[in-house]
Amino acid sequence: MEPVLDIRNLNVDYGLGDKAVHAVRDVSLTLHRGEVLGLAGESGSGKSTLAYGLTRLLAPPGVITGGEVIYHPPDDEPYDVLGLSDRALRQFRWAETAIVFQGAMNSLNPVHKVSTQLTDVLKAHEPRMSDHARKARAREMLKLVGISPDRMDAYPHQLSGGMRQRVMIGMALILRPRVVIMDEPTTALDVVMQRQILGQLIELRERLGFSVIFITHDLSLLVEFSNRIAIMYGGRIVEEAPAATIYRDALHPYSKGLLSSFPALRGARRELAGIPGSPPDLAGMPAGCSFHPRCPRAFEPCAGEIPVLGRPDTPDGAGRSVACWLSHPHPGAR
Amino acid sequence: MKYFLQRMGFYLFTAWAAITLNFFIPRLVPGDPVQSLIAKYQGQLSTKSIASLYVLFGLDKHQSLWTQYVDYWKQIFHGDLGLSFTFFPAPVSQVIGQALPWTVLLVGITTIISFTLGTGLGVLAGWRRGSWADGLLPVTTFFSSVPYFWLGILAIYLLAGPDSFFPSSGGFDSELVPAWDQYFIPSAIQHSLLPALTILISSVSGWILSMRNMMVTVSSEDYITVAHAKGLPERRVALSYAARNALLPSVSGFALALGFIVGGTLLVEIVFSYPGLGFTLLQAVGAKDYPLMQGIFLIITIAVLVANLLADVAYLLLDPRTRKEG
Amino acid sequence: MKSFLRNGKATAGLAILGVYLLFAIIGPWIAPYDPSARGNDLVKGPSAAHWLGTTHLGQDVLSQLLVGTRSVVYVGFLAAIIATVLSVLVGVAAGYLGGKTDDTLSVFTNVVLVIPAVPLMIIITSTLNDVSDTLIAVIIGLTCWSWNARVLRAQTLSLRRRDFVEAARASGERTWRIIGFELLPNLTAVIASGFVGTVIFAVLSEITLAFIGVVNNGWNWGTILFWAQGQQALGQDAWWWFVPAGLAIAVLGMALALINFGIDEFVSPRLRSAGKTKLRTARGRTVRMRIGFTPVLGGAPPPAKEPALAGEAK
Ligand SMILES: Nc1ncnc2c1ncn2[C@@H]1O[C@H](COP(=O)(O)OP(=O)(O)O)[C@@H](O)[C@H]1O
Ligand code: SF4
Ligand SMILES: [Mg+2]
Repeated sequence: MEPVLDIRNLNVDYGLGDKAVHAVRDVSLTLHRGEVLGLAGESGSGKSTLAYGLTRLLAPPGVITGGEVIYHPPDDEPYDVLGLSDRALRQFRWAETAIVFQGAMNSLNPVHKVSTQLTDVLKAHEPRMSDHARKARAREMLKLVGISPDRMDAYPHQLSGGMRQRVMIGMALILRPRVVIMDEPTTALDVVMQRQILGQLIELRERLGFSVIFITHDLSLLVEFSNRIAIMYGGRIVEEAPAATIYRDALHPYSKGLLSSFPALRGARRELAGIPGSPPDLAGMPAGCSFHPRCPRAFEPCAGEIPVLGRPDTPDGAGRSVACWLSHPHPGAR
Repeated sequence: MKYFLQRMGFYLFTAWAAITLNFFIPRLVPGDPVQSLIAKYQGQLSTKSIASLYVLFGLDKHQSLWTQYVDYWKQIFHGDLGLSFTFFPAPVSQVIGQALPWTVLLVGITTIISFTLGTGLGVLAGWRRGSWADGLLPVTTFFSSVPYFWLGILAIYLLAGPDSFFPSSGGFDSELVPAWDQYFIPSAIQHSLLPALTILISSVSGWILSMRNMMVTVSSEDYITVAHAKGLPERRVALSYAARNALLPSVSGFALALGFIVGGTLLVEIVFSYPGLGFTLLQAVGAKDYPLMQGIFLIITIAVLVANLLADVAYLLLDPRTRKEG
Repeated sequence: MKSFLRNGKATAGLAILGVYLLFAIIGPWIAPYDPSARGNDLVKGPSAAHWLGTTHLGQDVLSQLLVGTRSVVYVGFLAAIIATVLSVLVGVAAGYLGGKTDDTLSVFTNVVLVIPAVPLMIIITSTLNDVSDTLIAVIIGLTCWSWNARVLRAQTLSLRRRDFVEAARASGERTWRIIGFELLPNLTAVIASGFVGTVIFAVLSEITLAFIGVVNNGWNWGTILFWAQGQQALGQDAWWWFVPAGLAIAVLGMALALINFGIDEFVSPRLRSAGKTKLRTARGRTVRMRIGFTPVLGGAPPPAKEPALAGEAK
């Protein structure tokens, strides 16, 4: 499979100097063409930070302290998105990677009509398009996500939560991007609506052929809708594998904990079943494996050395990786 | 529309409250200063104007408060605010009618300019944190702490004078007669420049600061991040997304701040002997001309209410959420 | 509190305010002359005998300024206390109790807010004969509480929906206890900033009233300006007569405004005028912290050429 987006050793901090919070640490992840990559982890594990960091959308005090985000255009040399000039980055955004944000409720500008917010993307990226053609495309996108085109002239406050969410998805697809990032797109919706929207999205992906990075704290959703899953904890990826593999045979104790828990519907923080304690304080991370204070299976090396994400030491280890001393030859065993 | 009617109702209620307040103030005070004024002008006052003053100031002690109140309203509705003693024997309504346009033009135009300018600078300062516009803040803070009228005094001291372009007092050249002609209008404009500048400098900083803070607050809204993520040009994000939303609280603040601004601007008129309501009020205070003072208070209140209503209409046009649901 | 005091603006403001408070106390004692006593030097500029010159009656301007400080500070603080108490009562009650109470109190607040305060004060004070400083403070306090009440109502509304208040309500705690122990501590900053703002407004109002001449007993800075304006200080180039009083107001206002900036920034750190906005990257370039374009430090060297993007190619 050819890669579309190649994240290499990405590091993101909030703040500078000693007071900096390391929210994303050394994350490497590859998104392939046409796949749905799930990103799961408790709230506060750095999923959104990773997603927005990719295109430098983090507000101050966010700082990208290292790494690369290599984008592979269909028929050109790959390049580092983090190295683009402001102008080039502006053109890159939305045209190549679009984002459906976590706060979909507030993602629409309350003072402009839906149509204005759909067409201004086109105006910015395809200046030669006629007004008429822009309107037509906007209408088409609304139809695509199941909204009657006569809602074009509606203001955001006149739409229900689900409709706003759909508008945002339609907006994300309007430039036919090759990557769509969805950050907890369903937290504000009820269960029925969640599945309906997700189902539609997957269908659209098959039709339009984009790749999706799908972020959620609800692992059960991912098992159903994604090809591959990466699990984040304390700013790091702790396990990555095909969805079915994770579901059947997760290696990392944290992944297992996530799988056995049923997150509250509306995304409120709750304790993991069998994993007491709360997500680590990023400002004062424990030494060694950051999960060890909560890990039911922690043993000698865990508090001392950080397990590196890598191919597990098991026969079926190909195509998956995990960061846990249980799956790697650990220092104590030598 | 519902919003508009609601606001309308509120302003009518406020007007009623202000007029009722005006009715009670002289009645709560011991001693009858107006009675002594009437005594002083004995013989020069017609029976009709004495009767009107009796109604306005509750001098007829034999009537019940309710009868007084009803009569008071009747008289207000006829536009009869009594006689002015300062400009004896002109009726208060006439005195106010002459002063009002000066104030409305000076304060109205200057306030709108100040709001526009301050809001624009506030957008800059709030959008580009740490740019030169942030340097404006300490300066503007200083000017907003200075009383309007003292700044006016300084302006006259430093800029006006016999040989200066800026006249130090009055609303027009005293050799001219008010008229809409090519002599009078330039003179009126020339006379208004310094007072206008004074009001502008004192009031602009408030708008800069509030708009800056609103911009900073709005900039962290999700839809601003979305606008950036959409790759929109910076100008569009700053103006059409951030500033457009930050403007809303500023406009509703504008309405509410008017009552405060008016107080300051009246004083500027006094310093410049500008022939508007403020200067007239000063003369009324000096002569203990109660009918004129009360009339001016009523008119100022009503003018502020009308300005509020206009700001509400602007808000209605700016914020789709207040319009009829569709 | 400590971190509040570490805010440069707030400490500067508090220090200046402290000086004013000191002069409010000792001003009348250290004034070199009786501020009303006439002298032979009429409208004379600063000299060794009269540091800030004299008035048309030969009165010492410095003494008037020093004596006047007490009245200004007294009226400012008393009025602000009255207004703050009123605004807390009305604003918190409206926000917390909600419903009909809220509707009624809100309309009441807004009515008081839109009626222009200064003209109202002028007619009230001029109708009353002979107003003392205390009475002026009461009148000012009664007319200018509404802005803060509005702010407090909004804050209370948003606090009421927070978990800890909901929890207290659910556990059946008494209303006054919730307001006193859960709400008020969280409203401290808002109340403080409202108080400081009202002191500025009250001081300006008192000076305004004195400057117009509706109150004219005892000395305050407005009285000085009243005489300066009335006796043609401007025409006589007697800057010493009207500049110091105005500066005293401006600096006091400035100090109070600084304290309020400090409070605002303490409450919402985002408002702080950008501290460190420029960063150095590993490549030695400087980048700016700004919304929409996260700074990138370190990482790979910049691409040799800008890639041709879809948008440009078309
Ligand atoms: N603006 C910010 N300033 C400081 N720390 C932040 C900021 N935003 C997020 N963080 C920290 O980064 C961590 C990751 O946050 P986030 O990426 O939003 O997690 P997720 O999306 O997985 O819930 C959080 O634990 C939070 O402490
Ligand atoms: S490394 Fe140790 S502490 Fe960390 S998850 Fe594995 S077993 Fe648990
Ligand atoms: Mg998130």
